[in-house]
Amino acid sequence: MGKRTIIPFGPQHPVLPEPVHLDLVLEDEIVVAAIPQIGFVHRGLEKLVEKRDYNQFMYVAERICGICSFGHSLGYAQTIEALMDVEIPKRAEYLRVIWHELSRIHSHLLWLGLVADGFGYESLFMHTWRLRERVLDIFEKTTGGRVIFSACTVGGVVHDIENSELSGIVAVLDGLASEYAELSGAFLKDTSVNNRLVGVGVLTKEQAYDLSAVGPFGRASGLPYDIRSIGYGGYADLANFVPVTSPAGDSYARCEVRVKEVLASIEIIKELVAKIPAGEIAVAVKGAPAAGSQVVSRLEQPRGEAFYYAKGNGTKFLDRFRVRTPTSINIPGMVTALAGCQLADVPMIVLTIDPCISCTER
Amino acid sequence: MSFATKSPWIIHYAATSCNGCDIEVLACLTPLYDVERFGIINSGNPKHADIFLVTGSVNEQNLPVIRQIYDQMLEPKVVVAIGICATSGGVFRECYNTYGGVDSAIPVDVYVPGCAARPQAIIDGVVTALGVLDAKSAAFAQSKKEAS
Repeated sequence: MGKRTIIPFGPQHPVLPEPVHLDLVLEDEIVVAAIPQIGFVHRGLEKLVEKRDYNQFMYVAERICGICSFGHSLGYAQTIEALMDVEIPKRAEYLRVIWHELSRIHSHLLWLGLVADGFGYESLFMHTWRLRERVLDIFEKTTGGRVIFSACTVGGVVHDIENSELSGIVAVLDGLASEYAELSGAFLKDTSVNNRLVGVGVLTKEQAYDLSAVGPFGRASGLPYDIRSIGYGGYADLANFVPVTSPAGDSYARCEVRVKEVLASIEIIKELVAKIPAGEIAVAVKGAPAAGSQVVSRLEQPRGEAFYYAKGNGTKFLDRFRVRTPTSINIPGMVTALAGCQLADVPMIVLTIDPCISCTER
Repeated sequence: MSFATKSPWIIHYAATSCNGCDIEVLACLTPLYDVERFGIINSGNPKHADIFLVTGSVNEQNLPVIRQIYDQMLEPKVVVAIGICATSGGVFRECYNTYGGVDSAIPVDVYVPGCAARPQAIIDGVVTALGVLDAKSAAFAQSKKEAS
């Protein structure tokens, strides 16, 4: 047994776009424990519900995170609509799911690029992000924003997408899928890439279950757990929805799940575009949440299940708003997967949970 | 400016950013916007960097981190605050854990507003920072000459 050393990792580190700090306890080159420290991004925005009314807070909720921005605006809108017993038009539900799935594609492509950067395959990073720009172009065309759209509102959506434009989006996604096949081959079949991914940072199915790992992280350990299958909003109208899973629980499996989810999202968008009904895109919401009313709602973010809780007090200002995001529940799983790995694999394993620190700390 | 007098290397730190501006900074490096054509390279080491890009506002925890990175950079150096949070605190300025813009921790030379700041605006901010860097190097060389 070698000497024990503690190496600080982060908050500023070349592979991390976001600040998180880990104290890595090493024995020679092997990590025996990783002690996380967070709080670098904490702003305390849940407290802002006392200063912003429920309509204004929409814009704050969207800025919980710039990658999951649409998911958070959808989750907040869904929670307030449940709190005030508002039913939104069918077309708005479909449009929300279309944007939400496009966000998933952009988020997974972003992650695949970052992971390629993490194992030092620079050109794969560049190509993945080049493809991602096409999804951002769709956002820019339909909402005006590239990463933050302000497209969701309490009672529906702000922008409509014409049916002709929707078929244009499907054509763009078809083109993306054919180029994507070549890129995903590099992630799943290339020997030098697989050497960095296979068998690295294993989280078994039992561990994933005990530590309640969610999203692609849990699904890569074989847990078939996806909130989209309970059918909230437009997802209820899908013919059949099967979560993408992989049994191995290593970094390769996490990569595989995300690679396949991009294609699954394209299929969902195609199905909904074919079925989208005509009609209104928003209803007017008046009044305030009743005193003492409270509601919990959940949805599947690109990184996993997110919980929202809101409590009304009879005024336009909420009493309490709470978010529990996927990364905060995945940190125990990440620490478990890190124990026993090589020092050189640490950035890879930290990246494979797809950490979204801004969501976690709010 | 007809040509850049230096190939500036940048260092990027996300303070309390929501990630919107961070991923736009990264998008600047990738093929569509490609800041490498100006000789700009993203470096992880403060001692290699000339331009410090900060996104997001300052809070209790990250204040010492921002100061530490700034202090480790060699003179002359330029700080660019990216996004409205880095400029003034933005929508989060009234949050209990937010001090305000980056200028509450370190001196800022160029402000790039926007939520999220677009890649075009970020590139414009960095190119403006190049001018500031040139002026600072000239002043630095002058003071060295006078000292000797």
